[in-house]
Parts: sequence; C-alpha cells; structure tokens
Amino acid sequence: MRRSEERDYDDIPGTYVFDGIRCREGFRLNMFCKSLDRAGNRDAFRIDPQGYLASFQLSDPQRLAVVERDWLAMLRFGGNIYYTFKLAIFDGLTMQHVGAAMSEEPMSVEEFRAMMMSGGRTVTGNRSKRERKHG
Amino acid sequence: MAKLIGGVGTSHVPSIGAAIDHDKTADPYWKPLFDGVAPAQKWIENVRPDIAIVVYNDHASRFGVDMTPTFAIGVADQFLPHDEGYGPRPVPVCEGDPAFAWHLVESLVLKEAFDIAIVSDMTVDHGLTVPLSLMFGQPDAWPCRIIPLCVNVIQYPQPTARRCLELGKALRRAIDSYGEKDLKIAVFGTGGMSHQLQGERAGLINADYDREWLEKMESSPEALAEVGHSELLREAGSEGLEIIMWLVMRGALDREVRRIHRFYHVPASNTAYGLLVLENA
Repeated sequence: MRRSEERDYDDIPGTYVFDGIRCREGFRLNMFCKSLDRAGNRDAFRIDPQGYLASFQLSDPQRLAVVERDWLAMLRFGGNIYYTFKLAIFDGLTMQHVGAAMSEEPMSVEEFRAMMMSGGRTVTGNRSKRERKHG
Repeated sequence: MAKLIGGVGTSHVPSIGAAIDHDKTADPYWKPLFDGVAPAQKWIENVRPDIAIVVYNDHASRFGVDMTPTFAIGVADQFLPHDEGYGPRPVPVCEGDPAFAWHLVESLVLKEAFDIAIVSDMTVDHGLTVPLSLMFGQPDAWPCRIIPLCVNVIQYPQPTARRCLELGKALRRAIDSYGEKDLKIAVFGTGGMSHQLQGERAGLINADYDREWLEKMESSPEALAEVGHSELLREAGSEGLEIIMWLVMRGALDREVRRIHRFYHVPASNTAYGLLVLENA
C-alpha cells in the first residue's frame, strides 16, 4: 500500500505516524498486542507462544519481529507503540528499555536513562530528514 | 445550576501511577515531581468539585484499532480501572454521573454540532486514573464523581487543536445550562508535554516548546489552536501531540484566567511532566 500524496510528517525522522496505511497494515499485529491486556490471554501466550501467535494470522515479517522482540521492526510493519508496548509489559520491560532498543545509535537502558536525566534527546538536528541531509 | 470552578492540565505518565502504587513518591527520583504537584492537591482540597470531567486518551484499552471514536463520553454509573498488562491499577472505581453525562452529550450533539460517541460500558486506563491519583492521592474512594471524555490522539487523523478548543467552549455552555442541581465542576485536560515513545527518535524532549505551551495555555490559547499536527509531532514528539487535550480544558474556561499553579519537570520516565491549574479570572 502506498500513498499517492506525500505527507509533511514523512519528513520527521525516526517517527512512524500511525495513519490509515499503517493501521491497515498493522491491524492483526496490533490486535495480537491488544489481546495481552487480558490475564487469560497472557497465560495462553506464555504457555504456547507460537500457537497463540498463530491464531492472529500475522504476516511473516510481523511474526518474526514479535518473536525477535524487534520493537523498531514492529513499528515498520504497522505496529503502534501503544499496542506493541503491551508486549513489552508482558516481558516485564519498561518504556525506557523499549526506547533504548529503538534508538538510532545503539544505546543501553542505562545510557537511555542517563540521557533522560540530562534533559532527554535534543530536538536540535532531529526535526527533519531534509535538515539532516543538508545540515 | 452547574458551575465550572477551575481547570487542571496535567501529563498522565503511567510510571507516575506506578510510583504512587508502589509507594515511591519520596524516592529521590520522584520527590521533585510530587513536591511540584502538592500545591495543586491543596487547591483541589479547597475547591472540592462534585464532578471532574476528565479529558484523556485511551491507550489501546477500552478502544482498539477495531474502533476509534474521535470524541467519546462515558455515561455509565461506574468505570473500572482497565488491565493494561500488569493487572488493573489498585485505585478506586470511578463513580460516574449518568444524568449529568447525558446532559453533556445532548447539549454537545443537539446544540453544538459535536458528534460524540456515547459509551455505556467502559473501563478507564492510566490516562484517566493517573491524573486522579496526582490530584487526590490514594483515597479509599475518589472524592468526586468522574465523567470520562475520551479523545483519540493515538490514531491519525487526530482532531485538530482548534476542534479541541472549540469542544471546550461547547462543553462550558453545556455545563452552564445544567439546571437540575447545584454542582461544582472541574475540567481536567490530561496527557502531553513533549515525549516520543516510539522510533529512532525515542526520548525526545523539547523543554523550550513545552514552556511556551504552558505560557500560551494561559495567555493565548487561540494561537495554540492554530498549531497543526505536523508541528506538534516534529517539535514535541509523536506522543507530545496529546497536549491538544489540554485545549478542551482551556476552552471551557473564560478567556481571562488566573493561574493558581504551574509546574514543569524533566524527566518522568521517557517524558516531560507539566501541570497547570487555572481558575476564571
């Protein structure tokens, strides 16, 4: 699925705007993640991860991203962070673990925490892909 | 007569709820934040609203990719905390006010041309319960009734900032027209301040931009209403767009407001934390 027109938010680096195209692509992936907000489903997934996952009919790349806990790949295949985070909760991880794992430069959780303590990732140089190319 | 007694803008970071639930509010990491919130708690203890209309977003809890209402109002007797993956938060059930909620829905739909989804059965997640915990601590029962007003800010297209401000103005007219009993109403606009949970830019904080919003929320909300989604995504991060929900609260207040309290802190987990308490001037 491709959009006919360019969206101005496409120029924002490292950002996956959850628009109609991503919603359609990620529907089953997100429904799987959403299902983990029921304790019974969490138990079922814990007992038989492959079998449980199979019932949601994810695409092969989506299933692989889930199995490998590749948080960035999940976003690229239509995942929405509010949904994929439910899988992180299932794993006992925090949003800082996930933030560190997705960061452009490889970053440990400790490094990510330290970055947040010192004021977070700066917006300077992170506003626009175009700005980066020419900057 | 129902009377609007004030507005609160606050972020609703889940880890703030976890800090409260696990008794960590005095830890060095959390203490500055909870110290900064204390004056707002004192304020609400004094004004004692009968009802809090909490403008918040659901985070893949009651609603999902299968259904995303742009605006929804809870008209149930009660709203239970949702299990977001850790089990439900150990907080009181929210007691609703169906008569007042239905009055709001009728006013907004029939008189104001806002098409509101009507929700008779709903759980509420941290987007709603964390602000209650911030304002009221850990009581056995919340000291006021709660009307959930849920806004879609997680699925593009989100409503515009302008639409949120206008919803707030319409909400105020609905509040003012309620004549059945005397009620003191507070409006909470929740979520927001810069943060980006997702992608390679995760952890983005733009404190200058946040401070400008806090300032303009008081002085020039009409200017904020003109800000587009792309600017917010770019400057405040992909989830910073939640701040448009504060404009519903701001729109409900008079044009001239008096600031009771303002507080800003970085970080709360991955995000900035902002708090604003306003009354009509």
